[in-house]
Amino acid sequence: MLFGLVVAGIILCAVLAITANRLLASAIWLAGVSALSAILFYMLGAREVAVIELSIGVGLVTVLFVFAISIAGDEAMNAKPLVPRILGMVLVLSLVVLLGWMAVPGFRTADPTTELTSTDILWEVRGMDLIVQVSLIFAGVLSVLGLLSEKILPARAAEKGGRS
Amino acid sequence: MILDPLILVTAGVCLLAGVGLYGLLASRNLIKLIVAMQILTKAAVLALVAAGAASGRINLSQSLAITVIVVDTVVAAVGLALGVQVRKRFGSLDAANLASLRR
Repeated sequence: MLFGLVVAGIILCAVLAITANRLLASAIWLAGVSALSAILFYMLGAREVAVIELSIGVGLVTVLFVFAISIAGDEAMNAKPLVPRILGMVLVLSLVVLLGWMAVPGFRTADPTTELTSTDILWEVRGMDLIVQVSLIFAGVLSVLGLLSEKILPARAAEKGGRS
Repeated sequence: MILDPLILVTAGVCLLAGVGLYGLLASRNLIKLIVAMQILTKAAVLALVAAGAASGRINLSQSLAITVIVVDTVVAAVGLALGVQVRKRFGSLDAANLASLRR
């Protein structure tokens, strides 16, 4: 019952995030999707992921979106989509049916296996992944800095050089 | 009959992926496209955790899910920075206005 309510809430928030006219409302509904999926992760037993989703998905990503919208402006856009609406609906329906068809044979009775703790898996088995993640974060930070930095105009550069 | 929670979650994952894909297809606003991409990734993470819970290997699925969340956040940050730059250069967030890429 509780599972059904949370899943329905996630779908509702996602639909509202897609259909909202204002970008800010869309970002807030996306934060709702993140918060509800964190609750779902906790109910499924994935506690670490729930905490990380709550802090990154609801906190950091929402702040990023609000920051970007405040710079780029919250313009309502009611232009027609590039893909015809009917074609989009058909594509989406076929994706949902295909996903369901692929997921159904996955339900088997789980045999209880002895499992490493998640910190062991993260730091020992998948240590290479962590290195790749760290370098990816650095690459991301560098590219955001490169994209958002302003070019210094020649006059201002000369002024700066003269001052120092 | 009470539905198994995992079947409910799997159905939710399928629908969430559908909503995300529809957002990617139907939206022209660059920031809205990133919102749709976030919803798709959320569906993927949910599917990973549900698969881990179904097979009794929740810790392995958690370590994979953490990787996906980190990569997704970096992608969102770079995408939003690109969107801001497009707004500065082209004066609008409409993806159809990026016509210089088409020619």
